[in-house]
Amino acid sequence: MKVVLQNLTKIFPNRKKGGEDVVAVNDFTFEIPDGKLVGLLGPSGCGKSTSLYMICGLQKPTSGKIFFGDIDVTALEPESRGVGLVFQNYALYPHMTVKQNILYPLQNLKGSDKMTKEQMLERAVEVAKIVQIDELLERKPHELSGGQQQRVAIARALAKMPRVLLLDEPLSNLDARLRLQTREEIRRIQRKTGITTVFVTHDQEEAMSISDMIVVMKKGVVQQIGAPQAVYDSPANLFVAKFLGTPPVNVFEGEVKSGKVWIGEDAVADASGIADRRVWVGIRPEGFILDPDGPLHCDLKAVEVMGRDVSVVSGNANCTAEMVRSIIDADQRKHISGDVVRFAVKPNKIFIFDRESEERIVLPGQEKIAEAIEG
Amino acid sequence: MVESKQQWKAWVYLLPCLVLLAIFTVWPIINTVRMAFLENYNGLKEAGGETFRFGISNFTKVLEYKRFLQCLKTTMLLCVITVPVSTFLALLISVALNSIKVLQKPLQTIFFLPYVTNAIAIGMVFAAMFNIVGSFYGTENEIVVTAGIVNNVIEFFGGTRVNWINYGSTYLANMTVMVIYIVWNALPFKILILLSGLQSINKQYYDAAKVDGSSKGRIFWRITVPLLGPMLAYVIITGFIGGFKEYTSIVGIFGASMGPAHDAKRLNTMVGFIYDALASNQQGRASAAAIILFGIILVVTLINLRVSNRKVHY
Repeated sequence: MKVVLQNLTKIFPNRKKGGEDVVAVNDFTFEIPDGKLVGLLGPSGCGKSTSLYMICGLQKPTSGKIFFGDIDVTALEPESRGVGLVFQNYALYPHMTVKQNILYPLQNLKGSDKMTKEQMLERAVEVAKIVQIDELLERKPHELSGGQQQRVAIARALAKMPRVLLLDEPLSNLDARLRLQTREEIRRIQRKTGITTVFVTHDQEEAMSISDMIVVMKKGVVQQIGAPQAVYDSPANLFVAKFLGTPPVNVFEGEVKSGKVWIGEDAVADASGIADRRVWVGIRPEGFILDPDGPLHCDLKAVEVMGRDVSVVSGNANCTAEMVRSIIDADQRKHISGDVVRFAVKPNKIFIFDRESEERIVLPGQEKIAEAIEG
Repeated sequence: MVESKQQWKAWVYLLPCLVLLAIFTVWPIINTVRMAFLENYNGLKEAGGETFRFGISNFTKVLEYKRFLQCLKTTMLLCVITVPVSTFLALLISVALNSIKVLQKPLQTIFFLPYVTNAIAIGMVFAAMFNIVGSFYGTENEIVVTAGIVNNVIEFFGGTRVNWINYGSTYLANMTVMVIYIVWNALPFKILILLSGLQSINKQYYDAAKVDGSSKGRIFWRITVPLLGPMLAYVIITGFIGGFKEYTSIVGIFGASMGPAHDAKRLNTMVGFIYDALASNQQGRASAAAIILFGIILVVTLINLRVSNRKVHY
């Protein structure tokens, strides 16, 4: 089931007199292809959860429309939309066993969907097997670990075979190890069931690792939509560039002058055909090459050995952060000596952004900015 | 944890409280048991130097006493009727209160008012409401002056007036008034507890139930009531304990005679019986009745706890 969002807007009116209304989601238009796993990504307060709740039906959009397939579901209540929702803290009914929790949505089915007791039980066991909790059916939620509760919540959401599965920060309550394991699990379950899935997260790594597509949001406005790698390789603006990637992109004050990108006195990249202007220069940590003749001069501060790679920490007067962090192949380390390191920059790892609008300016030889791809 | 060397300090700090507890709580309890098991115990006679044999005649006399069985019946009836009714009404009212946004606070205050009002005062108002005549009702010199507001309403809708509490009224009519009064009086506390319970239920359960397609009735019975379980158990248990100690409410409406003029003591309760025995210097009998009352409350509470432990666990 493909999901189409059309100019979706949600405004929360201000309760105090004279206060400003809060625009949680502003003009969100997007088509989620059938059977894909989509991650809504952004810092807290960016409107990603509100978007999810609007798809679910728990919140009504101020304007705009939502379609499941070709059907307009904007005015439908959650129960008529055929969605499954996994809450951030799972919201398992504490007084029911795992089995009763999974059965509960099935017992609510009415009319032609109504199931017999045997069918319900069969279905419950079936979904419990998919999420591998079929041995825990008689337990109460408080007797389960966080990861197990998570799976029960997914099982409950899957039980009535939803057309769309929605997950709100599904991994935020798990510890780091379980998070890695569970995100693979979510991927596996989604592949197995083929249900169109939307999940919300503020963790870019989580979103990038399992999504077919990510939607990066900021203050209610969609910044960029695309395949994770495409968005990472070609961010649309400074916010997206900064939000994706660990360690984060290094940002410098710079300018375009006579066909070159300058950071201070160093011309780091070709910018032929671009008018002179002040810009932000972003360089991914992996975009630095140690080169005794390289154009970019930095003051060496430390070298952190991480085995496979070496992280060179240096300073540059034009950098917006105190440190310039670069990741270099360990075997290149021999080039490091003295107080000043010099880098060459990989042409596809450097991005320039307009100083005012912070929109990306595509350098010659770089790919165009990634847009939503068809799945 | 206080280190063992320091423990004596803790005991010193506790001492004033412990002394008071020992004098006014622990000793009276022990003394009650002692008095109950001394044959025909009487405080005045003991002061006069008389000694009493150990025995259980206080208990047997209390149980043989017709008035005592009447008290037991009235108390039990009031308990069994008012606790479920008031709990259910309180549940409905608190759910309704919780689901409205406008006027929630003022209504909450109004529902809470009976709690802070004197029981005797409320009783007098109720007596006035259920009153039927000025004086001499049912006698040859009957003068019908006015009817209480309840009878006014009944007559307004074409019914015949009922003699609720006056001379010649029936036990059923008396009990009806008592049930209405006690239920109304018990509501505020229960609403307060249940409402705070409702407000502490995570809203996500309701969102989840909504996504799961639950109807309102199902949400109430399958989500709200079970999640309120601990509060309901508390309200029911304290309700029963309070119910067995019913006394003031009856004094409030019928006065110290504990019944309508033609049949005083008709609505006497267990606690009333104990007071009466004390008033006639039969401390032994009063103690025995108190211990019987304690036993009943203990058993009922244990049953309540057992049932709620089976229902309330998550």
